[in-house]
Amino acid sequence: MSERARLMGWALLATVLVLLPFGVTSGRWIDFVELTLFVAVMGQAWNILGGYGGQYSFGHALFFGTAAYIQALLQFRYGISPWVAMWFAAAGSIAVGAFVGYLSFRYGLRGSYFALITLAFAEAFHVLARSLISVTEGGRGVQLALNQDPERAIATFQFTFAGEFLQAYGYYYTILIILLLAYAATWWMERSRFGASLMAVRENEDAAEALGINAFRVKIGAICLSAAIMSMTGVYYVQKFLFVDPGIAYGPSKSVEALFAPIIGGLGTVLGPLLGAFFIHGVGEFAKEAIGAVWEERPGVDLILFGVILILVLGFLPRGLVGLLDTAWRRLTGGRGGHA
Amino acid sequence: MLEVIGLSKTFGGLKAVQDASLKVDRGEIVSLIGPNGAGKTTLFAMISGFLKPDSGSVRYGGRDLVGMKPHEICLIGVVRTFQVVQPFANLSVRENIAVGAHARIRSRADALGRAAEIGRRLGMGKMLDQPAGALTVAGRKRLELARALATGPDLLLLDEVMAGLTPTEVSEVVNLVRGIQEAGTTILLIEHVMQAVMSLSDRTYVLNQGRMIAEGTPKSITSTPEVIEAYLGHGAAARIAAQGGGGA
Ligand SMILES: Nc1ncnc2c1ncn2[C@@H]1O[C@H](COP(=O)(O)OP(=O)(O)O)[C@@H](O)[C@H]1O
Ligand SMILES: [Mg+2]
Repeated sequence: MSERARLMGWALLATVLVLLPFGVTSGRWIDFVELTLFVAVMGQAWNILGGYGGQYSFGHALFFGTAAYIQALLQFRYGISPWVAMWFAAAGSIAVGAFVGYLSFRYGLRGSYFALITLAFAEAFHVLARSLISVTEGGRGVQLALNQDPERAIATFQFTFAGEFLQAYGYYYTILIILLLAYAATWWMERSRFGASLMAVRENEDAAEALGINAFRVKIGAICLSAAIMSMTGVYYVQKFLFVDPGIAYGPSKSVEALFAPIIGGLGTVLGPLLGAFFIHGVGEFAKEAIGAVWEERPGVDLILFGVILILVLGFLPRGLVGLLDTAWRRLTGGRGGHA
Repeated sequence: MLEVIGLSKTFGGLKAVQDASLKVDRGEIVSLIGPNGAGKTTLFAMISGFLKPDSGSVRYGGRDLVGMKPHEICLIGVVRTFQVVQPFANLSVRENIAVGAHARIRSRADALGRAAEIGRRLGMGKMLDQPAGALTVAGRKRLELARALATGPDLLLLDEVMAGLTPTEVSEVVNLVRGIQEAGTTILLIEHVMQAVMSLSDRTYVLNQGRMIAEGTPKSITSTPEVIEAYLGHGAAARIAAQGGGGA
């Protein structure tokens, strides 16, 4: 697919997503897409480090949770504006990323060691968030006050009482803007010297070093960019739910969601995490509906189906759904495809 | 230009390189030969920053390369290739070479352009869009050379870039290497293919069991008794001398 065709595709997709609330009135569908976009952003954050950089993290909740806590606590304790807090949230996540990256990459930890280090850090932060009660409120979590003044909806970054349109779609557009920025950044990265260096390091670190690439610095750059994007999902989450606790912030579910989407969708591609997120949630919803209709009240059956599909995708689509699309496109056009 | 002084490296109990020294002057093609396991690749790895020598120093342009990282050494103009080729398998040939080009070029488009140019110069014009993982042995060897060349080196360290090639391919690569040298890059190469060593090198060093045992023009090297012994076994030089004497 040519560069221009790809850009057109993205422009079309972005337009559809921007106009979606005007075409789809069902709140349930908007919620479905909104949640999917949230996962797609986490997936892209993970993909930058894991897909492009080959460093598989099992603890991306670290960056989500740290941002969420900073975003919540700065408002909760000091009444700082959410619009100011979000910069500290991003900076905090990036700092954690740089720290974990420094420890791992300085000592050359790769592969499963890196996965374990990130997992361990996420768990450590989980425990800290639970036990440093004077700072984090411990297991009770941090509950932000609900703003009921429509005049202050924007100032408080809360859309619950923000008038009809924002009330329905404010958070949808929040995550959409984050997604578009994150995906544009990834698109840019893929076409930059930094991206080329990162992929070279993924493919072969020694060869990359021999060709003048500072592999350590490149990996630190990748984990910081990844953390920055992940932090925005934490900010979004706190502004939407006005709540965070240790389990939400640092539990394994965010780490796992972040890595499923790009692995299923297609590692190291811009589109992969978005496709993967839609697929996962689509299958999840479908499974709940379909299986619920046949058997009624069989909790967990949808999860089994989900697991089976995951294994099938991993077994038969080594390049993920993007690889499948690419092959299909080639058949259709009869020409050369080129990776999406 | 490059001066290796008394480098040594031990792996466990194995003395892979012992007190090895060599010199390369600007504009030369110098070769390094020696039997398998002699320590040639280890010596390259120490010069290029991949291995830290136990002792000795590597002088280049007024500094000591020992202790510098491989990427730093590349950026000051010394680049190695790998005997065991290390392609970026999932990237195209063009992208592979562009990684090298980025050492001096920031812009992606310019680096890709430069990559194509170098690829064509090295006879890889038709393969530019193939994934590197799909190349033949000869293609991979050439890619190693192309990537290294794309970094714009002053000194190229080539580790057996002709191993496993057919005679026709060897003479092609010999011409390429000659061309690279004529364009201003100094070359130190490890090679087993004697045809290439003889036709390319200004000077040759011979490494055996970690020690530098001879140095000279390629012609003079082949008649040095120590070298003949190293290659053909103990007593070989004496036997050849005896045969030569008998024939006269
Ligand atoms: N990383 C290493 N660890 C242990 N032994 C090594 C290592 N690298 C090389 N060697 C040993 O050092 C010796 C020299 O190897 P090498 O430099 O590859 O020789 P050459 O390139 O001349 O064939 C060999 O005996 C080899 O087995
Ligand atoms: Mg060798």
